[in-house]
Amino acid sequence: MPKVPGLIKGLGVTFGTLVRTAKEGANTVQYPHEKEAPPIRARGVIALREDNCTACMLCARSCPDWCIYIEGHKQLAPPRRAGGKPRQVNHLDRFDIDYALCMYCGICVEVCPFDALFWSPEYEYSEPRIADLLHDKDKLGEWMETVPEAPELEAGAEKKK
Amino acid sequence: MLGLAIEIPYWGQSLLRVLGGIVAVLLPAGTIVYLFLFKMMSFMQSRLGPMEAGPYGSMQLFAEVGKWLQKEDIAPEAADVRIFKMAPIIVLVSTFLLVAVVPFGPDAYFTNFEVGVFYALAVGSVSVIGILIAGWASANKYSLLGGLRAAGQLIAYELPMVLAVVGVVIQAGTMNLQGIVVAQNTGEIFGFAGIGFPFVITQFVGFIIFMIAVQAELTQAPFDMPIAESELVSGYMTEYSGFRFLMFFIGEFATAGVFAFIASVLFLGGWGIPFAWFGWEGLADVPNWMNVAGPLIMFAKMLLLTFIIMWVRFSYPRFREDQLQTFAWKILIPVSLLNIAVTAIIKVAV
Repeated sequence: MPKVPGLIKGLGVTFGTLVRTAKEGANTVQYPHEKEAPPIRARGVIALREDNCTACMLCARSCPDWCIYIEGHKQLAPPRRAGGKPRQVNHLDRFDIDYALCMYCGICVEVCPFDALFWSPEYEYSEPRIADLLHDKDKLGEWMETVPEAPELEAGAEKKK
Repeated sequence: MLGLAIEIPYWGQSLLRVLGGIVAVLLPAGTIVYLFLFKMMSFMQSRLGPMEAGPYGSMQLFAEVGKWLQKEDIAPEAADVRIFKMAPIIVLVSTFLLVAVVPFGPDAYFTNFEVGVFYALAVGSVSVIGILIAGWASANKYSLLGGLRAAGQLIAYELPMVLAVVGVVIQAGTMNLQGIVVAQNTGEIFGFAGIGFPFVITQFVGFIIFMIAVQAELTQAPFDMPIAESELVSGYMTEYSGFRFLMFFIGEFATAGVFAFIASVLFLGGWGIPFAWFGWEGLADVPNWMNVAGPLIMFAKMLLLTFIIMWVRFSYPRFREDQLQTFAWKILIPVSLLNIAVTAIIKVAV
């Protein structure tokens, strides 16, 4: 069979897609009416588990966009064991991420030594005003609910104590 | 005018002509934009296109026009403002002038011009001036490059278009578009008059060249080098916004519709149905109802041709500038000259 010229073939491809779309529907979804579930580990937004954060500032310092704002203070916590000395802990006062600046590189999540930052697949948090994209620790904490469970460790991996 | 029994005063006739012209230009443009640009292109890319405004997004075009009309009429500081503002009007007006000679029925025409083909081809190239001054007056290097490319391309493809039409003119023996329609519908192929004699059969080469030249005249892909968005932003339209951009936009698709009308008159038999079906001898026998059926037939043929134009547009990648010029000067023009020579020889010999 002689080879079909590319020009004709190209017309065939577009017409074929036209017919397929008319018959079977489009590959896209009509977004606000119909939603596609993102992949479970999609990098939608960064969530914060406040209890784990020690205000160590590693994330803020590693952020290429300087979009993480952290304020904290030292305070005394009751001793772990009875009769011990009161512990000195860092208490987190403010943890804001400016999503107008964030470029979703995920370095903060990688660098966090205490597992306080997580990727969440949540993506619907656009705002009409750009200043409203600065989210505080309460909002970041709400997104923790959408964070999927950590994956199973590999067989034979060293368990964290 | 329209074959009505009542006498219409001259001003009334002029008014009807103006209204008819607006309908004949804007209705195809709107249909092409919705049916092909919005819907067909989307479907060819496996998406649905506009769906929100009106049923199946049918009111989208009105929404877009409303949006454009609200926008500020901006002219760049360094631009030659008067010329800058004039340019889109020239482009749009050339489309309206073009439709003036297209016959839509035995009496449904704007002017029955004896050298209609000549006029159509001459007026069709007026838009080059609008585009060139749009590019030059914008005081923007992208616009200037786009305008120059457009001028080079439109002039290059003007020639094969004219030469392709010459074959039809030779065969019909008239430059009157109405005469060409009649010649096609009264003709017969070896004594068989069932389908008339649309010139696309004998002038197939001319038809292909004409459609390619139309594609280039409309600066539709693959001939959209003048507005190549990846290098020139939007070519000569870069600095335009609001209703002046809207004029360019309407002009683009209205001209597509009008050129499709002209192509269907020249090659596909125009408004006519083969006269032998009803035993009509000539134009005088055609009954009045053809003045209603004719425009519908023309509209259907226009849709068919613009479908092909748009289909090609959505399928092919862009020509490089040198390929584009080479294609016009080294392939299309020699082939169309050959086509004229062969047509003339056969015409004289038969």
